[in-house]
Amino acid sequence: MALSDIFAIAGSALAGQSTRLNATASNMANASNVSGNEEDAYKAKRVVFRAVLENEMVGNVMRPAGSLAIDRVMDDPSPHPKLYDPGNPMADDEGYVYKSNVVDVSEMVEMLAAARSYQNNVEVINTAKELMSRTLEVAKS
Amino acid sequence: MKASRLEVLAKNIANADTPGFKARDVDFQKVLAVQSGIAALTTTHVQHLKTSLVNSDGLVYTNPYNQSLDGNTVEIAMEQAKYGKAAMDYQASLDFIQSRIGSIKRALKGE
Repeated sequence: MALSDIFAIAGSALAGQSTRLNATASNMANASNVSGNEEDAYKAKRVVFRAVLENEMVGNVMRPAGSLAIDRVMDDPSPHPKLYDPGNPMADDEGYVYKSNVVDVSEMVEMLAAARSYQNNVEVINTAKELMSRTLEVAKS
Repeated sequence: MKASRLEVLAKNIANADTPGFKARDVDFQKVLAVQSGIAALTTTHVQHLKTSLVNSDGLVYTNPYNQSLDGNTVEIAMEQAKYGKAAMDYQASLDFIQSRIGSIKRALKGE
């Protein structure tokens, strides 16, 4: 039934957006990490979404077509700031440390965007819930 | 039909941040044409093939007012407005059904 599918669809979006919030939290927490080389420096995590095109089973849960799934969590490819800090125990032979490539300001924007999308989907669920309960009450009065 | 439109709009809102996702909507005109049987081509000979427009579900892609870089065509404000309107339409249909049931009940009671 169409109305009950809305719960699964909006629910999948809630799960996806909370993963995105999680990634943001992780990025913010590690924003000031430094490392001795570029490979090991903390890379900002980005969650990539995809739309489910056909009904699919995940374990024993049905994911209806049109719901949201997480395609992958990828590392941000942007370059790491290189700081000259020879006193740092992590510094390389030339005295440089590599900071994480997290930009605090864009993480804040990302967090707000994820939170707003989450709220949108909560509203969708609320409306669908209200319509369902009104439908159940049609024959009562 | 109202419930299926709500579902389509819910899909749009859920995928508001999915790269490349194309927003969709239900075209009432199309559904009406299919339901009333005027969507199929008229055949003038028995051996003409029957057209299969009849099983169209009326889904169309919406044209965005503003393009986005990742190819996503969901405009969240528009979708929210549509969802709100679809919910009201649904409730209006419910009210019609309810008053119909009410009048039948009153007629049965002989009030």
